[in-house]
Amino acid sequence: MKKQPLRLAMLGTIGAVAMTALGVLPAAAQAPAAGGASILDAIKARGTLVCGVNTGLAGFAQPDSQGVWRGFDVEYCRAIAAAIFNDANKVRYVPTTAQSRFTALQSGEIDLLARNTTWTLSRDTSLGLDFTGVNFYDGQGFMVKTSTGVKTAKELEGATICVQPGTTTEQNLTDWARANNVRFTPVVIERLEELVSAYAAGRCDAYTTDVSGLAATRSSQPTPAEHTILPDVISKEPLGPLVRHGDQRFADLLRWTHFALVAAEELGITQANVAQMAANDARPEVQRMLGKNGGLGQMLGVPNEWVVNVLRATGNYGEIFARHLQPIGIQRGPNALWTTPGGQQYAMPFR
Amino acid sequence: MSQSAADPRHLRTPPKRQLRLSWADERIRAIVWQVLIVGAVVGIVWWLVRNTQHNLEVRRIATGFGFLQREAGLPIGEHLIEYTPASTYLRALTVGVLNTLKVAVIGIVLATVLGTVIGIARLSKNWLLAKVSAVYVEVIRDVPLLLQLLFWYTILQGLPAPRQALNPVAGVFLSNRGLRLPFLDWEAGHSWALLAFVAGCFATWFYARTMRRRRMQDGQPRPIWPAALGFLIGLPVVAWWLGGAPTGVEWPALRGFNFQGGMTISPEYFALLIGLTTYTAGFIAEIVRAGILAVSQGQWEAAQALGLRPGTVLRQVVLPQALRVIVPPMTSQYLNLTKNSSLAVAIGYQDIVSIANTTLNQTGQAIEGIAIIMLVYLTISLSISLFMNWYNSRIALVER
Repeated sequence: MKKQPLRLAMLGTIGAVAMTALGVLPAAAQAPAAGGASILDAIKARGTLVCGVNTGLAGFAQPDSQGVWRGFDVEYCRAIAAAIFNDANKVRYVPTTAQSRFTALQSGEIDLLARNTTWTLSRDTSLGLDFTGVNFYDGQGFMVKTSTGVKTAKELEGATICVQPGTTTEQNLTDWARANNVRFTPVVIERLEELVSAYAAGRCDAYTTDVSGLAATRSSQPTPAEHTILPDVISKEPLGPLVRHGDQRFADLLRWTHFALVAAEELGITQANVAQMAANDARPEVQRMLGKNGGLGQMLGVPNEWVVNVLRATGNYGEIFARHLQPIGIQRGPNALWTTPGGQQYAMPFR
Repeated sequence: MSQSAADPRHLRTPPKRQLRLSWADERIRAIVWQVLIVGAVVGIVWWLVRNTQHNLEVRRIATGFGFLQREAGLPIGEHLIEYTPASTYLRALTVGVLNTLKVAVIGIVLATVLGTVIGIARLSKNWLLAKVSAVYVEVIRDVPLLLQLLFWYTILQGLPAPRQALNPVAGVFLSNRGLRLPFLDWEAGHSWALLAFVAGCFATWFYARTMRRRRMQDGQPRPIWPAALGFLIGLPVVAWWLGGAPTGVEWPALRGFNFQGGMTISPEYFALLIGLTTYTAGFIAEIVRAGILAVSQGQWEAAQALGLRPGTVLRQVVLPQALRVIVPPMTSQYLNLTKNSSLAVAIGYQDIVSIANTTLNQTGQAIEGIAIIMLVYLTISLSISLFMNWYNSRIALVER
């Protein structure tokens, strides 16, 4: 795991405050007001996309042994880069903690944030940010040591619970505890590695976060079978990428790139067959999506064959999911296509 | 005489020179520079404030301190005052400030005691004692504090689980959930006793001062301890008795996952306190050693020649003089300890930085959050500085 400079969150926050104060990035500072010079143009001029990701969460964003970032969220950064530059590697990844992520985006340090971030009303409004869609429907759960014999979350009365600060997780936890009259002692540690090691050492009886995060943590424990994820899901956690408020064009591109990935799965377009489909498939929607017709890419400010470029780089939504999340034990569940029972992933029409 | 008075060379005030509007005039130059520099500073500050306001407005980021009255919804493990997740952000931040003070105040006291002992031990004629102290100082000073905190925290996590808790004395349990002690079933009578004890402290101090003044006048020794005993022990006992003499004690007992009842010292707090105390004590030891060595050898010899015992020499002759050298750098160490307590974030002790960080993340109001943290540390640090400066001026050498 890539070591993060100590107290990065604090420095990041202070740096971001300083940047907001100084207006270090005049282009970014003036862009939303003018509405003309957009973030998209700034990215094109710079030649790289700056993408805020997690500091290290298996399956979502984690550098591999060669230092190359891999994961579900990382694929979204790669997809946007492929849409803009036709080169998925033109991305600079900025690891952000739960606490530094919003200020990093607000201050213009990163162009977009793809970091397991829950879409809530107050974040959408008072932070000056825009969510562009839901690429992962999640919910908060609990993980306990199998040896405790706990079967449901209600049995956690009097327990000590490890929770990361600065997330919706800790507020959901207190809401749930109040609603169910469960008393607990919190242990609140910011750095995920420290928190998980406190849980593993027995400092806490339970560890709570989004179920996907629990699965990722469980898979990276020495003996995953010693840990059980409880069946209770206590909240809705729609996760998705987000951008600064005020630049609709860039937000549109993010939104439609996600739809393209989902639609491609629906239409059966994969990383392997995309070139052949673009050449041969006669279905009108496929033709529009893959840039043969309609000039949809131009409307978004990217080349017309952008979807072909994206799919060549990352594959469709189902392929991304299978590559990164299924190996750590996360099932499609609500993230299956809307055409399967219980699935909620639905793409708007490409027209 | 009248002639010399008229002589301008004998006047106490220099003659008034006319201001010449010229770069060659020293005073004009000074005024111009000062106006320019003050103007530049004011201009930069104004520009920063305006720019921040503009940027926040453009990005539609909420501003202001209105969020302080909103419900916080944060879980806080340790609180000295009543707190529930339904309390406001203001209350949560107050809890954070109190938690910071709790570790800083106790840490300063313990570090001072430990540091003084080690500093003196390093000067001891006992070879083993001197060497052990020297090794302590060198090791502690050379390892980063953050690592030491993580070290202590990891050690405390290595303690057994609650069900296998160590139980050295009846009612005392040591586990990886912290130290559980029996505690008084707090009632009004206890509050009265506490209040009486505080009053007793003031009374003792006042009494001692009066007695010392009388002794200065007639040279008669007057023992202070009988009255002090009455003030410090008798008064609280009477108050406790008048308050209904409550005797209830809450014993910790294992119920469900953890011990319930009694008082807890959490591993987070304990690790932070040990880490800060031992680390700062290393520096304080060196300051104390330097202070003692700064007192000239002649003072030792003169005191010994009077037949005083070594302990008395140290306490009555050397330390009072050493204090003049010790106190100013000690102030810096106290400030360091207080500010280093913000490393609590790393091991999950919820101090003001931890809670303000969470607050600013939940509300998205980073500037206000950072401003609150800065204000809190500035207030605490200035209070320590003011107190130490007052103390320093009290013990300073009075020159006649």
